Amino acid sequence: MCPAGESGLLDVRIERKSFVRASGDHLEVLHDVAFTLARGLVGAFVGPSGCGKTTMLRIIAGLDHAFDGTVLRESGGAIGMVFQEPRLLPWRTVDDNVRLVAPDATENKLSALFDVLELAPHRLHYPGELSLGLARRVALARAFAVEPSLLILDEPFVSLDHALAARLRKELAKLVESRPLTTLLVTHDVEEAIGLADRLFLLSARPAHIVAELPIESCDATRSADQVASIKAEVARLLKTAAPPS
Amino acid sequence: MLRLTSIAIFLAAWYAGSALAGHQMLPGPAAVLTAIVDEARSGALPLHLGATLARVLLSFTLAMLIGTALGLLMGRVRLADRLGDPWLVVLLNLPALVVIILAYVWGGLTEAAAIAAVAVNKLPNTIVTIREGARALDPALDEMARVFAVPWRKVIRHVVMPQIAPYLAAAARSGLSLVWKIVLVVELLGRPNGVGFEIGIAFQLFDVTRILAYALAFIGVMLMIETLLVQPLERHVSRWRIRAA
Repeated sequence: MCPAGESGLLDVRIERKSFVRASGDHLEVLHDVAFTLARGLVGAFVGPSGCGKTTMLRIIAGLDHAFDGTVLRESGGAIGMVFQEPRLLPWRTVDDNVRLVAPDATENKLSALFDVLELAPHRLHYPGELSLGLARRVALARAFAVEPSLLILDEPFVSLDHALAARLRKELAKLVESRPLTTLLVTHDVEEAIGLADRLFLLSARPAHIVAELPIESCDATRSADQVASIKAEVARLLKTAAPPS
Repeated sequence: MLRLTSIAIFLAAWYAGSALAGHQMLPGPAAVLTAIVDEARSGALPLHLGATLARVLLSFTLAMLIGTALGLLMGRVRLADRLGDPWLVVLLNLPALVVIILAYVWGGLTEAAAIAAVAVNKLPNTIVTIREGARALDPALDEMARVFAVPWRKVIRHVVMPQIAPYLAAAARSGLSLVWKIVLVVELLGRPNGVGFEIGIAFQLFDVTRILAYALAFIGVMLMIETLLVQPLERHVSRWRIRAA
């Protein structure tokens, strides 16, 4: 995932995002979350659970407009999103689920995509007949089928076993590399973030802000164990110092 | 087997009742069947059944179309719900007879008035059922469609309608039976043909055999619609559900 060196910057400036609780008081979830990401880069967000990562992704995806700040992204480009749950239509086959969002995708492209994700034998199955791992792959296929300029992944491999998650990560890296797109990845797995990302953003506890931004220099998909270990140590140190604000 | 036993018990009870109450009050199954065959031969039965069936289908379609649109609107748009709810309560509690008589007074003894009156009777029931379905729509799938910028026509067809389908089926089921009962009243009060009209004449002549003959013949027609149309449609719509082995 080397920088593609193209324009088309993703510019996110969320000054404040809060929810009103049932009791009436405000709960501030995001506070001054600002970053930019050049086209072609993968940005990974790591932070404590419940810190507002999903809220941030929803704002960037345009699903939530009730916030202070701005989100600038390439106009006209499609968004591909993989939610925490697969969110497939249970009454449509795998094939129809993908075609619904990507009506212009050619059969060649789709079958290539299904092949990479090893979904070819399942195209005519209904989501209810798939395992969670397969359903997650369909969600990935759907996000790629629209040929997005922005790919948003919300813990796409959570609750999968390690071997399967590792394989899907490899497939994801292959797909991301094959296209010039900007990717946002939320995860709580530091190793996953290091394995996939060009930039690592560390988020604090609620209200979340960006504590540190670590560039991951190596352009090599297979980073050495030493590098991974040193980045992990750095992340652990930074997360520890980013104690929740009193 | 259980169904057959149940039907046999019903027929036996009918015979017994007929023997006890006398042929005048409750003619036996054989007499009613003969009457059905006679009426069918004379051509009167198909004519009246056809007229009633056409009214049922027209008013049912009308009520389902308008009711589904309004139900979806009220289930999704808060303002529409708050504006429409008092009207709905009025409609729900308006007796069928009042609607029919008002329709005839205002619209004359016409076909349009008859069909409108039946449709208005069924309408609130459809709205309430579909509104419930619209309220239960999955917001997660709605968000998915929004992120992927799926055009609204496709959203209605592939995301919304499949979720509404069970509610539509429920509204259709209760709707068909309700509509045909009201169509009979409409025909009795102001139409020159149809099952309701015939039953009105039979009532004046105290001809219980003919009343039962027409009622049973129409129930037969509805049973055929149910097994040949409604049930296969339901199976098709729910084909994605994993069936218990």
